[in-house]
Amino acid sequence: MELALVLEKFILVAIIFGISLVTAMYSTYAERKVAAFLQDRVGPNRAGPFGIFQPMADGAKMFMKEEIIPTQSSGLLFIVGPSLAILTACIGSAVIPWGQKLTIGSRVIDLQVTDINVGILYIFGVVSLGVYGIMIGGWASNNKYSLLGAIRAASQNISYEIAMGLSIIALLMLTGTLSLRQIAEQQHGFWSNGWFTWNVFRQPLGFIIFIICAFAETNRSPFDLPECETELVGGYHTEYSSMKLGFYLFAEYINMFISSAVMATLYFGGFNFPFMHHLGLSENLVTILGVVALFIKIIFFIFFFMWVRWTIPRFRYDQLMDLGWKVLIPLAIANIVLTGVFATIFK
Amino acid sequence: MSLFYFVAFLSVFFSLLVIFSKNPVHSVLYLILTFFTFTIHYFLLNAQFLGIVNFIVYMGAILVLFLYTLMLMNLNTETEPVKSNLLKIIGVIGGGCLLVTLIASLKISGNTEPVILRDPNLGLVKNLGKVLFHQFLLPFEVSSILLLSAMVGAVLLAKKES
Amino acid sequence: MLHYYLCNMEAQSLPVNYLPIIFQMIVALGFVFTTMLATHKLGPKRSTKDKLTPFESGIEVIGNARTPVSIKYFLVAILFVLFDVEVIFMYPWAVNFRDLGSDGMIEMFVFMGTLLLGFIYIIKKKALDWD
Repeated sequence: MELALVLEKFILVAIIFGISLVTAMYSTYAERKVAAFLQDRVGPNRAGPFGIFQPMADGAKMFMKEEIIPTQSSGLLFIVGPSLAILTACIGSAVIPWGQKLTIGSRVIDLQVTDINVGILYIFGVVSLGVYGIMIGGWASNNKYSLLGAIRAASQNISYEIAMGLSIIALLMLTGTLSLRQIAEQQHGFWSNGWFTWNVFRQPLGFIIFIICAFAETNRSPFDLPECETELVGGYHTEYSSMKLGFYLFAEYINMFISSAVMATLYFGGFNFPFMHHLGLSENLVTILGVVALFIKIIFFIFFFMWVRWTIPRFRYDQLMDLGWKVLIPLAIANIVLTGVFATIFK
Repeated sequence: MSLFYFVAFLSVFFSLLVIFSKNPVHSVLYLILTFFTFTIHYFLLNAQFLGIVNFIVYMGAILVLFLYTLMLMNLNTETEPVKSNLLKIIGVIGGGCLLVTLIASLKISGNTEPVILRDPNLGLVKNLGKVLFHQFLLPFEVSSILLLSAMVGAVLLAKKES
Repeated sequence: MLHYYLCNMEAQSLPVNYLPIIFQMIVALGFVFTTMLATHKLGPKRSTKDKLTPFESGIEVIGNARTPVSIKYFLVAILFVLFDVEVIFMYPWAVNFRDLGSDGMIEMFVFMGTLLLGFIYIIKKKALDWD
């Protein structure tokens, strides 16, 4: 790999990293505004016009707060926990294709950190690593509520991972590749050969299973039992303060952003939008519009996450596990069988 | 080649830390890092599917099981049970046997011709699937019975007391 | 159009393509490290004895949290590992689904059938019931 390419990749990584952080910051603001809207309140409105500087104020507060490490906790592990949580949240974005190729002068820039052959499996692996941050943090706190929260979170994450993996398999049977860029490119445009090109129209059941699992993996309501405040104080992050707490909250929002991006790429055409090659625009403009289209889809999914959170009450723990094991896994297997049979009949 | 030695050094280093750290949870964390370096080894050999399987199954699943086990145990007991001299002698003999076996196998494999991979893309998911479902179909189906028996065993063990 | 993409698909298959992931990890590590250090330096330090005890809703803390938890969670973890291996086995089949045709599908359904048997056994034994 020559130096220019290394530099290009580093810049791309930095930009994507910055975008994920900013999106996560503004998701906290959006969450409060959406909650306020749904509950007929105003929401944050003091810091700047419409309160748009609220995330900065929150961030500064997180930095300036006192750092409390309980004497009974396992010191080093107590710090490792939140660090792992945010680390695993941040590395998932490496394989997501943000757009088509951009041509600047003679240089063709791939708007994706790297296009690897096992893209989906990489995301799957990173998701499965997400358990560690919560588990280690909750255990290291040496607090009974934290321990319960951590074990609940871990059991929930691993249970829904299986259904998630199975729902992706049905999708892969149609795409025949694990590379996210190729999956996105196969969903070119919006309509061809008498049917929609986006995968959601070919895998509706798979998409529903996937989005439920995405909610559970990000510990979002109605699956937010690990931090359910009526039973467990603050769940696995009861003992955390200052930026360590911030890392846990941030990791949740980054995960939400990444999973929205994955859903948009796998099922909603990624950077494709209707009539993209019938408008007679230049390649670069199409690419930029594609990035915008992807972000519109992502923002819609983030809004959907929030909408659900402020609408649906929380599950009970046994209901949650039953849904994961006894409903979603059989459904996902049935989806694979159906996909197989249909694809063989309508070759 | 130097990259291989660097990653190999990291693997050995982290696996030594696994053994020598006092806190079992630290050991698990170092084990995660060790498995991560193994993943890098696989990718350097272009065995992409094996690499990612190592990443998902070992780093993401089996070590989670290890952590669960640690949480299930009562780690309060500060005093480790005193090991008798007999156990120590047996340990030394066992370790010595392993060392001899390893050295012997290294010596033998040093004399044989190195295995040359005819198709460097064999490790890609697609090619591996083709081989798995044509040449190695029977072992694949048998592995499902292995998984089935493991499931039954786990349920039997956990449900014993009730 | 689609054919063009399918022909070009094996182009990206070198170990060097994984290098940018390491870059991303380095950037993420750097971010975590600097942020942790900054918050450690910036925050005030006025610790008292009460502040450093575990928070358990104001009630006096009895013992600590190094207690064993229910075996149920462990069972879920073991079953997860087994099913995870199963799911992983299905990926090489899924990407070759079109090439393997109906023979491959029957082979895979035999594999899935065996595991479905195990799944039914788990359900029948009420191993996943939370009572």
